[in-house]
Amino acid sequence: MTPEIRRVANVILLMFLSLFIAASAMQVVNADALNNDSRNQRPVFDGYKTQRGSILVDNKPIAESVPSNNAYHFLRKYSGNQYSAITGFYSLYQGRTGLENYLDSSLRGDNSGQFFEQLNALFSGNPVTGASVELSIDEKVQKVAWDALGDNKGAVIAMDPTTGRIIALVSKPGFDANLLSTHNTGDASANYKKLLTRNDAPLINRAIGGDLYAPGSVFKLVVASAAIESGKYTAQSKLPNPRTYTLPGTNTTITNSGESRCGGAKQVSIATALKLSCNIPFAELGIALGQDAIAAQAKKFGFGESVDIPMKSTASVYPEGMDAAQTGLSSFGQFDVRVSPLQMLMVSSAIANGGIEMQPFLVDQIFTSNLTLLQETKPAEIRRSISTSTSEALKNMMVMAVSSGVSSNASIPGVVVAGKTGTAENGVGEPYTLWFTGFAPAKNPQVAVAVVVENGGGYGQAGRGNSVAAPIAKKVMQAVLNK
Amino acid sequence: MARARVRVMPSKRNIELIMLLFTFGIFAFALAQVQLATIQVLSPEGWYFWGLPVALATGFHILLRYKASDADPLLLPIGFFLNSLGVVVIYRLDLAKSLTDADRTVGSRQVVWMVVAMLLAALVLWGVKNHLSFRKYIYISMALGVLLLLLPLLPVIGKTVNGAKLWVNLGVISFQPGELAKIALTVFFAGYLASRRESLAVVGRKVLGVRIPPARELGPIAFIWLASLGVLVLQRDLGTSLLYFGLFLVLIYVATARAFYVFVGLIMFASGALVASRFMSYVGGRINGWLDPLSEENYSAVGGSYQLVQSMFGLAHGGLFGTGLGGGLPQIVPLANSDFIISAIGEELGLVGIFAVLAMYMLLVARALRIANAHADDFSKLLSVGLGFVIALQVFIVIGGVFRVVPLTGLTTPLLAAGGSSLVANWIIIALLLRLSDTLPKAGTVAQ
Repeated sequence: MTPEIRRVANVILLMFLSLFIAASAMQVVNADALNNDSRNQRPVFDGYKTQRGSILVDNKPIAESVPSNNAYHFLRKYSGNQYSAITGFYSLYQGRTGLENYLDSSLRGDNSGQFFEQLNALFSGNPVTGASVELSIDEKVQKVAWDALGDNKGAVIAMDPTTGRIIALVSKPGFDANLLSTHNTGDASANYKKLLTRNDAPLINRAIGGDLYAPGSVFKLVVASAAIESGKYTAQSKLPNPRTYTLPGTNTTITNSGESRCGGAKQVSIATALKLSCNIPFAELGIALGQDAIAAQAKKFGFGESVDIPMKSTASVYPEGMDAAQTGLSSFGQFDVRVSPLQMLMVSSAIANGGIEMQPFLVDQIFTSNLTLLQETKPAEIRRSISTSTSEALKNMMVMAVSSGVSSNASIPGVVVAGKTGTAENGVGEPYTLWFTGFAPAKNPQVAVAVVVENGGGYGQAGRGNSVAAPIAKKVMQAVLNK
Repeated sequence: MARARVRVMPSKRNIELIMLLFTFGIFAFALAQVQLATIQVLSPEGWYFWGLPVALATGFHILLRYKASDADPLLLPIGFFLNSLGVVVIYRLDLAKSLTDADRTVGSRQVVWMVVAMLLAALVLWGVKNHLSFRKYIYISMALGVLLLLLPLLPVIGKTVNGAKLWVNLGVISFQPGELAKIALTVFFAGYLASRRESLAVVGRKVLGVRIPPARELGPIAFIWLASLGVLVLQRDLGTSLLYFGLFLVLIYVATARAFYVFVGLIMFASGALVASRFMSYVGGRINGWLDPLSEENYSAVGGSYQLVQSMFGLAHGGLFGTGLGGGLPQIVPLANSDFIISAIGEELGLVGIFAVLAMYMLLVARALRIANAHADDFSKLLSVGLGFVIALQVFIVIGGVFRVVPLTGLTTPLLAAGGSSLVANWIIIALLLRLSDTLPKAGTVAQ
């Protein structure tokens, strides 16, 4: 029996070996991923042992941890709903979202930059204090954006197109993160359920995605860019200009908004079509360019990839495998094109910035409790989206759209504003989604903005991008430019 | 003439005493650390947790000096170390400011059970002068094993816990007879196979080039084995089924030296697992939770991977060195003091703690195999291998479940987990191994 016992011993050895390996894999190799899982409460409990860092806007906390007289030691407090899309929430059992989630390791003092503080804590027993985060948000502009959106559902996002610094980021409706950070876990759970099931979905960050929107006419910026980049067209290239247009291979006819000829003539330039936001010429242009060319241009603007600001945006979608009719519809932002406000902001910012897309960011600085700088965000280019000359052509068209076109409500006295409105249909009888994206001043852009308003701004199918979204954008740009 | 070099080995009992004193010290230190970390003071109840088991272990050691002086010196210290570590962790979980109003007396009851188990083990050691006498009782042992397995299915005294019918409730105490049945059935398998090994290995007609033993030889054992598996399936206790399956396979292989049995057994196991995963929803759920525990679907499913994932979070949180006893949050994991006790150890003592515990188990099993090798007769060999393998496989199934080597099944962690029947059974195994090591042929001449 001895050889058999030896073989059994070998099997037992293998069994134990597998346990040793599996334990090492779980506790060391994969530990980081598990520790960062948002369902993991341990870092949260650990986090309550130390004073979590603050999230600051203009040096004032919008989220901070204050001492509390219970087992959790510290309570997370938030300054108001207008920052909920930025901070997210920090809860005991509902996990964490927003910057609370994406900057968690810094906020709880677990950043590698705080190594020596951690080492000190290990020997002295004094807990590490979390690092604080100064945002790029401008308090005043944020408030203007929040107020301008009124009772509408939607989002506003504004940034400096030359650096990518985000100046304002608003998603409405917001929510009171204090309802979720409370130590009364029963209340927190009930509040969470309520927020989660509300029809107006306050927990969704509309500015960077969650659910994407049909862009409507703001997508014409992408198609016009593709046309001019192709070298086959200029802003002045003429397109046939019928009153109605039957999509190839179908019986579906489309019309321009107002069911008129675009500008009255038999032919219309791309510039005029953009200025007056006509659908038929853009459908023709899109079909002529082909979906591959438009897809390539969309990709260069960042479609199909999510951006870390550091929250992850939802990637915008330009559909694949469309027939000519669908390509036509998608060329004025209908069919299955879906975008985030951040994506449209990046499109107009690239146009504003001579064709170069900058990495959008929310965090200016991260510093320790004793004000040692741990990290500072430097502006970074993502890529060149269009050539400088194309950007000039687009910029001129957008200036015309505001000064003498259908995006007029964004105009600011004494400032040359570039912009484009959109009014996207969402199906028969459904209210429109209203858009504006643009920048100012056109020559020397300081601010780019994207506005989306759901539900026709309360006007159903009577709402228009120019009547609802453009005035909001105007207020935000005015706030930045002090005009 | 070459001078004989006489090397005086310390007596086995003195080695045992030194090892025991070490484990007593570790036990005291761990209890103090738990108290300081959770309630910030040294509470006098620590004396109760420490004093009773230490007194019993000392008594056990003295008994061994008189009744089994040649017994293996490591078995008692290893058993005590693992059991006392379990007590420390269970006590620590009681002290944790638990989020639910869970039972906080598990630790003090575990101490009582530890004492009772060691007492029973000492009685077994005292009463069983020579394990070979078991050979006369193998059919009684079989009947006892089957009876113990059937008990939980009986009305009135049978009790269902977490969907598994494996408890017996006798008013004052409830216990899992399956734990004790594994000893009785190991004795039966070892005794039966020792007397029939030749006929099982060489007699019988050949079918397709493979020798099939006569039905009357294979029949009784296969019947008992299948009956015990059937009962276990009815009781919804996968872990124990797997344990018996593996035990039987290993013993028949060691007895007959025929890999054919292992081959057939593995095929049976694979097909059984396939059928179970298809037709028994809780088995399928376990397998999904094993393959992809982190997916939201499995995580939030009823009977899904929530518990496993919480344990994974705890283990990751512990990392290499752990949070220190009392420094982590092992109470988040459901059943942290029984099926998932290894996860509490991993969180607070880290990977190094896990390695230490696994090393202890390995040593325990290695001693059992060493005893098996040193014995000359078949019954002693098979019994030692069986008892050792039962511990090894149980450790593998339950700890492997926590570390995702195998799907999670309900089994107690030998000597660590809260629960009286499991402690009693495993301490009796230790007593039997002590007896087996004391009766080695020509004791003292076996190579050290």
